[in-house]
Parts: sequence; C-alpha cells; structure tokens
Amino acid sequence: MPAVVAEGLVKSFGNTKALCGVDFDVERGQILGVLGPNGAGKTSAVRILTTLLRPDAGRAEIDGIDVLEEPQRARARIGLTGQYAAVDEALSGHENLEHVGRLYHMGTAVARERATELLERFDLTEAADRVVKGYSGGMRRRLDIAMSLIARPSVLFLDEPTTGLDPRSRQSVWALIDELVRGGTTTLLTTQYLDEADRLADDIVVIDRGRAIARGTSEELKQQIGGELIEIVVEDPGDAQRVIEVLGHHACGDPHVGDDQRTVSLPVFRVEGLVPAAVRELDAAGIAVHDVAARRATLDDVFFALTGHAAEEEPMNGETRPPDRSGDGADDRREAGVAGDGKAGADGDRVVVQEAEG
Amino acid sequence: MATTIDEVLLTPAPEHDVPTGRSWLLHDSWTEALRHLRGMRRSPELLMYATIQPIMFVVLFVYVFGGAIQAPGYSDYKQYLLPGIFAQTVLFNSSFTAVGLADDLTKGIIDRLRSLPMYQEAVLVGRTFSDVVRNLLTFAVMLGVAFAVGFRIEGSMAQAVSATVLLFAFSYAFSWIQALVGLSVGSVEAANSASFIWMFPLTFVSSAFVPVQTMPGWLQPIAEHNPFTIVTNATRALYNGLDPGSDLWLAWAWAIGIALVFGVLATRKFASTTGK
Repeated sequence: MPAVVAEGLVKSFGNTKALCGVDFDVERGQILGVLGPNGAGKTSAVRILTTLLRPDAGRAEIDGIDVLEEPQRARARIGLTGQYAAVDEALSGHENLEHVGRLYHMGTAVARERATELLERFDLTEAADRVVKGYSGGMRRRLDIAMSLIARPSVLFLDEPTTGLDPRSRQSVWALIDELVRGGTTTLLTTQYLDEADRLADDIVVIDRGRAIARGTSEELKQQIGGELIEIVVEDPGDAQRVIEVLGHHACGDPHVGDDQRTVSLPVFRVEGLVPAAVRELDAAGIAVHDVAARRATLDDVFFALTGHAAEEEPMNGETRPPDRSGDGADDRREAGVAGDGKAGADGDRVVVQEAEG
Repeated sequence: MATTIDEVLLTPAPEHDVPTGRSWLLHDSWTEALRHLRGMRRSPELLMYATIQPIMFVVLFVYVFGGAIQAPGYSDYKQYLLPGIFAQTVLFNSSFTAVGLADDLTKGIIDRLRSLPMYQEAVLVGRTFSDVVRNLLTFAVMLGVAFAVGFRIEGSMAQAVSATVLLFAFSYAFSWIQALVGLSVGSVEAANSASFIWMFPLTFVSSAFVPVQTMPGWLQPIAEHNPFTIVTNATRALYNGLDPGSDLWLAWAWAIGIALVFGVLATRKFASTTGK
C-alpha cells in the first residue's frame, strides 16, 4: 500500500483550474519530488493531501486513510512544512516545538523531551530558549521542519522548503532533508528548483498547469530527451539559427537557444565523436564558434522538452505567463523571489506558450 | 550528542491513532491561549499602547469637553462619560482578535494548525479567550485612571460586577465578528483597518459620550437602537446604582445573538481558510 495516494485531483478557484486531474503516489520510505513552476498546482495538491483544501473531484489517501472521510486520523499521521516558516515569533524555539507537540496530543512531558532532542539534532540547542524573533531565516526553517517532525509523522510534506533561503541556508536544509530521506522518512517535496528535485528526490513528478506531465527518476526523465546534449556557443548571436540548420540532423529532440542568444543546445542520443564533427561542419559553414561541448541533460532541459517553456520562467513578464496560469494564488507570493534570480529577464523569447499535454 | 543511527529523526511513532474529537476542545483551546499569553507576557509594550488611547480619551473628554457637556440626570459628567469609555475601549480591543488571526494566517501558522489532529475550532476559542485576558488587563489600568480623575462606583458590588461582565460578554461577542474579519482579509495591515474603522461610527453615534437627545433628529433613532447605546446605558445605570430596566436583558440578547451568528460564520470560514 503506498503511503500517499492522489487520484484524479481536480480543483478550481473561480474560473481558474489549479488542478485538472492529477494522479501520483508515494511508496513508503520514498521521497517524491513534485516539480513545477509557480502556479503549476503543486501547493494545491499538497493542501488537499494535508486536509487544508477540499478537491472538487478526486481521492486522496494517507496510509490508506481517506483524507476527505477521516481528516482527523490523516492529520495524526502527517507533518507539514509549508512555504513559510510557520513559527510563532513571540515564543522560544523550545516553546514552539512543545506547543505543536501538545496539539498532536502527545502529553506535555513527552512533547518537551521530544522538543529537546529535536533541537539538539537540528543544531538549535543554543537558541532553544531564545525568542524566535531573533532567529535567522535558516534557523527558522530548521525549527519549522523540526516542528513538523515532532510527532514522528508517517508522511512528511515539504512545500518548497528552500524557497526564499540564502544559498548557505539552502545547503544546510538540503543536508537535513538528505538525512531524513536516507533514514527512510516518506516525504513529498514540492519545488520549483530543478537542482533540488534532482538532488533530493528518488522519483519526480513534473506538474505543469494542473497536470502531471511526466513521472520517473531524474535519470529516466533525462533519458526521455536523449540523456545527452551538445552545446554550441557562437560568437555572433545572429548565427544561432544557422547552427540549428547546420547541425539539426544530429538532434533527437527540439534544439533550443539559451537566454544569452548565443548558446544552442541540441539533445542527442550518442555524444561520441560528435564534438569534432560539429566543429568541422560549423567551420565549413563559416560560423564563428566560441565553444563546443558535450554535457549530460539536466532537469532544466527535460522541463523545456516536456512543456516547451522553461521551469524557472520570469513570472513578472506578462507575456511569458498566460492568464490561465495565475490560478494558484498561493504560489504567487513567491514571484518576487524568483524574479530576483539572475537568470530571469531574458526568458521572453524562450517561452513558447502552448498547451502541455501529458 | 545525536546517535549515528538517527533515532531522533527516524524511529516511527509507535501509535499514530492519537485520540481526537470534541473532548479535546478545552485542552487544545487552552494550549492555543497559552501560546498567545506567553507572547503577550514577552511584549508588555503592546499592552501599554492598548491603554494609552483610553487614558487619552478619559483625559480629553473629562477635562476638555467635560465643562461644555451636560448630561441630564447626572450631576457630574464623569459619572456619565466613563462607563461609555469603558465600553468603547473594551469593544475596540476586540480588534486584537482580527489582527492576531491575520498575523497567524499570513505566517502560515493557520495552515500548520489546520493540518494537526487538534480540535480545529480550538484555534478560534483559544485566540478569543486570550484576547479577553488582555482586555481585562487594559480594563484594570483604565479603571485606575478613572478613579484618579474622580469617577466613583455608586452602585452595589453586585451591580458593578454585573456591568463589567456584560461589557466583557459584549466585547467577546464582537471578537467573533473580528475573527471573521481576520480570516477574510489578506494581511495584517488590512486587518488593522478592517477591524477598527467601523467601530468609530458604531461607538460615537451612541449615548456613550453625549445624550442621544442632543443629536439631530434624523440621527437619534439610529443612535437609540445602536446596540452599543443599549450596552452603554445598561452598564452606566449599573455603575451608578440605577435601574437599567429593559436595557440589561436587551444588551445580553445582542451579545448572545452576535456571538452565535458570528461564531458559526467564523467557524465555517476557518474550516476553509488557507494562507494566501
């Protein structure tokens, strides 16, 4: 029996479809990464599974318990870490943990003991009796995750656990999740960061516009588009299209031009011998080349191949974001953070607006 | 130190079928109330600000306007005015409920609480209860200031207690309106305004500061039927040792009615509220 089952989840907010029939499950001890851009429906799916939101249609189960029929029993088995560190700033770290433990009906003594061991485990012992108001972002996040683990949940939900964290805190949260995962805590992790899903998840479901459009391990997903790429950087951006014309016959998927207008990526099945061949052909065509290299496909390439648009697109740019995407209002708050990412901005021409069908 | 085989994180709970249900209402409400009371104890400055406005009102009305305002039936305007200020302050403080809930909501705390096997309504009961405690503290300070400027309780002890209990019942009923406000608006700032603005006309178009008879004719019926007028009249009569007449049970009817209607509305709203 899978620890988590989502079947045919449908949820609309007004005219906006946040989820249009999403299915996935998580086996016991597995970590499933739910990957998708802002507004894809990730948070809505997590909210349904954690009893916060009722779907318009579909079924959700935790350990075989129907979350719609028996929400209280389901709640006793889950731990939720939402998009924001849900900590009470006026309390100390220890008090926050004890408080949540009591609301899991653990008994005060047990909750206190558990709080102390989690604080130690999460490197917060020194800050245990300090008011959370003075905690850094990373400390808050660690405390937040500790709070969702206090009752030793059967399933842990991490909704974008590193969004908004600085790179160092992000690393420390990753290390923490790594340990949880290695030890076998069944986890459902949502993320809009491809490297995060790649690094942490056993299995990945790619969600776009309310649909699950692919499922597999990171390796399997990469294989779907050939697994390897050859990347050409031209001197003159005007030559990018000519590179595609000249080398297109080697490609096994849609080539695309990167944000800088100078980098052309071609998915290929076998990369052996291709680099010298490409150099010769480009030379013969008289195209000035800065660099030619072979590399493994990343999840970024997968996402582009699957959906025709980048995963971490620039949401503030109206043209890159069709109106029907603004649906999952919950995700919108994150936009500023993504816009701050240096990659954003030049994404405009890269984003092709088309329906992604699973 | 943590062990290598990470038992702290990984040992599954022996029993996930924890007891839940209605019998946990008190336990969970108290747990939530305790969270707020602990926080309150740590920031006494908030309590201080909550008492500055009523103190200012007492001083302004008694010393600035007091000489110009005549209250028929009362030899001293203070005896007329101060019960009105008590009522207004206690009612204004109900807005803490809206602001506190909006704060929990925007921080994702409501999402976490709703995902716990606690008795869900305890979130609202705990919040409103802790706000009553805060309100009592403000009230005690204000009563001290009132005595300092010369206010006296003329009624019996029983009458004074009856008046105070009525005030708090009325304010508690309003905190359920405020709970609905706090869960409906998207931010703490919005909750601040949305919980406060409408209470100005509610408390000023009433008998709290001036007798209704001094208002223009068209305004008088509105002021007279304002539930705030009824509550003020009842408490004023009781503090002054007079007979509140039908105002007493009318005021209680308003308090109970508002609490029931908005208790149901706020509870329903809570069951479907998620962070923004």
